[in-house]
Amino acid sequence: MASVEKSAKTCTINPLKTSQPLGGASAFMGLDGCLPMLHAAQGCTAFALVLLVRHYREAIPFQTTAMNEVTTILGGKDNLEEAILNITKRASPKVIGICSNGLIEARGEDIRGDLKLIRQRHPELEGTALVYASTPDYKGGFQDGWAAAVTVMVEELVEPNLGRDPHQINILAGCHLTPADLEEIRDTVEAFGLNPIILPDIAGSLDGHVADNWVQTTMGGTQVNDIRRMGRSIATLALGLQMEQAARVIEARCDVPFEVYPRLTGLLAWDNFIAALARHSGKPVPASIRRRRSQLLDAMLDGHFYFGHKKIAIAAEPDLLVGLVGFLTDLGASITAAVTTTDSPALAQVPADRVMIGDLDDLEQAAGDCDLLISHSHGARVAERLGIPFFRAGFPLFDRLGAAHKLSVGYRGTRDLIFEIGNLFIAADNHYHHEAEGGKDAPVASH
Amino acid sequence: MSQHKHQDLFNEPACAKNRDKDETARKKGCGGKSLTPGNAAGGCAFDGAKIVLQPITDAAHLVHGPIACEGNSWDSRHALSSGPQLYRTGFTTDISELDVIYGGEKRLFRAIKEIATRYSPPVIFVYQTCVTAMIGDDIETVCKVATERFGLPVIPVNAPGFVGKKNFGTKLAGEVLLNHVIGTEEPETTTPTDINLLGEYNVSGDLWAVTPLFQRLGIRLLTSITGDARYHQVTKAHRARVNMMVCSQALINVARKMEERWGIPYFEGSFYGVEATGTSLRTIAKILVERGAEAVLVDRTEALIAAEEARVATELAPILADLKGKKVLLYTGVVKSWSMISALHYAGMIVIGSSTRKATKEDKARAAALMGDEGETIDNLPQRDMYRMLKNREADIMLSGGRTQFVALKAMTPWLDSNQERHNAYAGYDGTITLLRAIHKELTNPVWTQVRTPAPWEA
Repeated sequence: MASVEKSAKTCTINPLKTSQPLGGASAFMGLDGCLPMLHAAQGCTAFALVLLVRHYREAIPFQTTAMNEVTTILGGKDNLEEAILNITKRASPKVIGICSNGLIEARGEDIRGDLKLIRQRHPELEGTALVYASTPDYKGGFQDGWAAAVTVMVEELVEPNLGRDPHQINILAGCHLTPADLEEIRDTVEAFGLNPIILPDIAGSLDGHVADNWVQTTMGGTQVNDIRRMGRSIATLALGLQMEQAARVIEARCDVPFEVYPRLTGLLAWDNFIAALARHSGKPVPASIRRRRSQLLDAMLDGHFYFGHKKIAIAAEPDLLVGLVGFLTDLGASITAAVTTTDSPALAQVPADRVMIGDLDDLEQAAGDCDLLISHSHGARVAERLGIPFFRAGFPLFDRLGAAHKLSVGYRGTRDLIFEIGNLFIAADNHYHHEAEGGKDAPVASH
Repeated sequence: MSQHKHQDLFNEPACAKNRDKDETARKKGCGGKSLTPGNAAGGCAFDGAKIVLQPITDAAHLVHGPIACEGNSWDSRHALSSGPQLYRTGFTTDISELDVIYGGEKRLFRAIKEIATRYSPPVIFVYQTCVTAMIGDDIETVCKVATERFGLPVIPVNAPGFVGKKNFGTKLAGEVLLNHVIGTEEPETTTPTDINLLGEYNVSGDLWAVTPLFQRLGIRLLTSITGDARYHQVTKAHRARVNMMVCSQALINVARKMEERWGIPYFEGSFYGVEATGTSLRTIAKILVERGAEAVLVDRTEALIAAEEARVATELAPILADLKGKKVLLYTGVVKSWSMISALHYAGMIVIGSSTRKATKEDKARAAALMGDEGETIDNLPQRDMYRMLKNREADIMLSGGRTQFVALKAMTPWLDSNQERHNAYAGYDGTITLLRAIHKELTNPVWTQVRTPAPWEA
């Protein structure tokens, strides 16, 4: 629906976008016993790691091939080999997830060839999966890197011709979903008697649990053996358009049909997902889910008053944008400004007049008279300068607790989102009333 | 590429660590051992350069490179400003695949033009990064042309990440200040008590915890390099009477060359802890008097130190009993490893270990002497060993940076941030009070007994 425009500026001011390798390595965080590694100079890893630590408030086991000026000239194969051997010796990971950066890709290195050679030379690596995603940082953004990594995970690991398991279903999870979202999705799928293989499953590794020991890889997440068995599933549900390519790979290899769910936030969107689970499982919708649907209906009835005709400025990666803009317009709000990071087929599905590929400065210029600003944490200062309420969504969220546990899918997630954003509108309206009456210190009425 | 230019910087006669090396080791560069692929952590030269220059608050800092360099890192430090906020704006050329093929110089020039037109900053710093360095973008020439065209200094910072570690980037940024900024303008007035602080970035307001002390002593902080600095202050730094390097040898090239060029003596000191703060103030006063300030400055300094030490003792008295004998694991960078030890000893705490992985021999010896038999210096502590130590309750609290935070927390051990991401100022007398109160608050939080209680069905 939306027309896509590019920012007219040459200089990016207050970036919205984070890098492809960071997105790719984040996807590898969703595999169990994994060590994500950037094939790049060490600083790339340090920045990426620090940002993830600040977002999740968890230790992040990233590594680097530590390229320098000389190895950039001579080629990165030796560094790659040394890094893989060092990591294996120290941490014995089940998977090493390798994401390249611009330095490596601009040199046109044949990493697949390098990996083949390294394997031949080192039979001791036999038990370790080496999965490489091409993620140059001069192209795309976080979401593109995530999608590229998931695509190579299935390309490298899914095995053909294993037969069918009538209870097994694949869930490919886009980067717009939080650990809390994945937990909700798993519970829902299991409520229909289906066994989901969620890839990647950051709910297993990044849900903020306290373990009894310290390991140097990821702890929890999708098992490599489960990925190998994904060809046995009855269907693949691709959550987010970014997951469509990976779903196609599984279909082509194992004849597993796929369905794409561009959004899971909102009544009708989740209805659609629930109906699919009922269809695939052949089971009726459980009473507890019906009850939650009813709660959401009530929340929409109570909450819509505060959303109608509200003007929203939002900046988010494409698939998150689809879900949030859909949710807001479902309740009668209108989108004044929508900014995103990179081009994507998802943008065509954003219910707004236009979407700009740009930065937080583009958002700031267009958001002057809006009622609400939505973006990742860097938008807080934009909202502050404009003096409008702010809602945090996306990555990174470094200035609030609980990023992993923000739920926005399903009946429950949508219900809570109505309350959370609706309360921001109510608070702003009250504030306005009191200002108008000259009673700044007057107590805020409770609703 | 830029290797030959760097050789000069690898030979730093004033740097103790550098002096200790033989000829071959020196050629390999600074920042310790070369990095091991698959077993490395820490920031790059670009990161280091930005740490030094970004606190210049009225400057525009433009990063020429792909989105990773700025998009993943912007506005993430707590170097505070008392005025301008432009330094917190993230500017980057965010180069595309086409730029990689055809070169990014035109894009860079246009980006500079947009910033100059829209913001008219007193200066634009342009940072080179790995990819744009590799494709051969000549940022020096672009900056030169832009300087002429737009009538404001556009300064190249040639410290792409792959030339070395963070420490090396700070030195490269120091060279940028020496070659393009310091000494380019004259102050309107000078006084016999003008000083500079080098390597103080006003993290969480550290600088503001010591500036009131200078004011009370009648000492003028001519330039802070670069915490809460304005560009036109840094240009005039060459007229100070003394340079104090705060807590680090990172800018020793700047200190030494300022001494060579303008005869400004320098010393290394710290504002962490009561003792170190006193020593630093005494040294400043002594050098200023030697260089022509009124002799009474020394007496004023002694009086202030006595009054402040008494105040600190009174304010901390209520919590000292709780802190006494508590064991601390200190895992932090460089000189802080010894300066923090004395701050902790003040409260009768026992430092069982202190990391000295980036420290010089002298710093290491200093830390070892301070800890005596109670603790040891640690060059490298793998996270699983750190976890085991903490899980065995060998320390009551760990002070470290954000990266190792979760090792402590997952081991159910109290933790306090002592690095640049922290939110409290720990410098000076007020900072010492803040630090010890923060440790006390953390140690006495009731949460520890709860989280260490096993679930009833597991007991």
